[in-house]
Amino acid sequence: MIHPPNLSSGYRSTILRAPSRPPVPFKADPDTIELTGPVFGHEEVGAPDADLTRQHAGEPIGERIVVTGRVLDEAGRPIRNTLVEVWQANAAGRYAHELDRHPAPLDPNFTGAGRCLTDDEGRYRFVTIKPGAYPWRNHHNAWRPAHIHFSVFGTAFTQRLVTQMYFPGDPLFPFDPIMQSVRDPAARERLVAAFDMDTTEPEWALGYRFDVVLGRTPMEDE
Amino acid sequence: MITPSQTVGPFFAHGLPYAGDWEMAPEGHPGAITITGRVLDGAGEPVPDALLELWLGETGTRGVLTREGEGACGFGRCATAPDGTYRFRTARPAGPYGSLLVFARGVLRAVLTRVYLEDVPDPLLDGLEPERRATLLARRDGDVYRFDVRLQGEGETVFLDY
Repeated sequence: MIHPPNLSSGYRSTILRAPSRPPVPFKADPDTIELTGPVFGHEEVGAPDADLTRQHAGEPIGERIVVTGRVLDEAGRPIRNTLVEVWQANAAGRYAHELDRHPAPLDPNFTGAGRCLTDDEGRYRFVTIKPGAYPWRNHHNAWRPAHIHFSVFGTAFTQRLVTQMYFPGDPLFPFDPIMQSVRDPAARERLVAAFDMDTTEPEWALGYRFDVVLGRTPMEDE
Repeated sequence: MITPSQTVGPFFAHGLPYAGDWEMAPEGHPGAITITGRVLDGAGEPVPDALLELWLGETGTRGVLTREGEGACGFGRCATAPDGTYRFRTARPAGPYGSLLVFARGVLRAVLTRVYLEDVPDPLLDGLEPERRATLLARRDGDVYRFDVRLQGEGETVFLDY
């Protein structure tokens, strides 16, 4: 199993929220609406949405980075015109969210949310600030490794994926119950972006590559 | 290898909700209905930080993200309120059900279910025991359909394998 199990007791919040019964298989017929998904118009997403460093009057504090990659199906085919949404903490590890109590500074020039549509090769690209690690109250001295949240649609509602992208070499990986909820080490590796010199821009920003591979639909399995 | 899922976490409010996200049909849309309810955890407590997505099978003529254009849209999104409630104002789906995804802190992969507006013969419903079948049926009250999602425990909602 690639995806984490619902109940992952090291991650405390799963204990009362994980379904206790196994999910029910459903037979895919041509009327099954889960085999389709919403179609997004290019006029609905603007270029500024993909540059998280230009959403305010000034530039945010932190290490400017480029994050790019492709959204693919399991056969390696690009998924075009699909919506990719990202959100993250700022460079100090603080979210622009009223319930985030971490005593680190907010940045008036950084909200930390972006979106774009993939191009004909399934490619997306964001410019942002490298997020900081931050503490959470899951257990004593609990820290989340730096990450960017990703939300991706695909062509079928059953392909819908929300995940987190991590940065290579982070020493917090072995201590993080959310990342470790993915049991298969090879699958966990899929959550870690690759530093990419080809994406890195001289005198400007480091580049990271993160491809997102969406699962098959039940229809294709039959 | 596919990319594994990770929880949406507690801090998606500045990233995923958008203006009009729950208004799949504009106010006054002929025949519009409201689908509303609560998300509850295994202790029966409301889940105040869940995000729901409803999909009816067709994108329609109203913008998914901008909510511009005439008519209705088949996709909606709604974050739960502090009391665990959500709501969608929508046109009726072409078929008997809508598809519903629930994301939340503590949910490592979104759970998928269906909101049936009518109790009809159906390949999925007919394979379930009556008590389990009932968890997928919305309760009608005029133009309002009530549908609670119980993540765990007594009356646990039927979730689909995907």
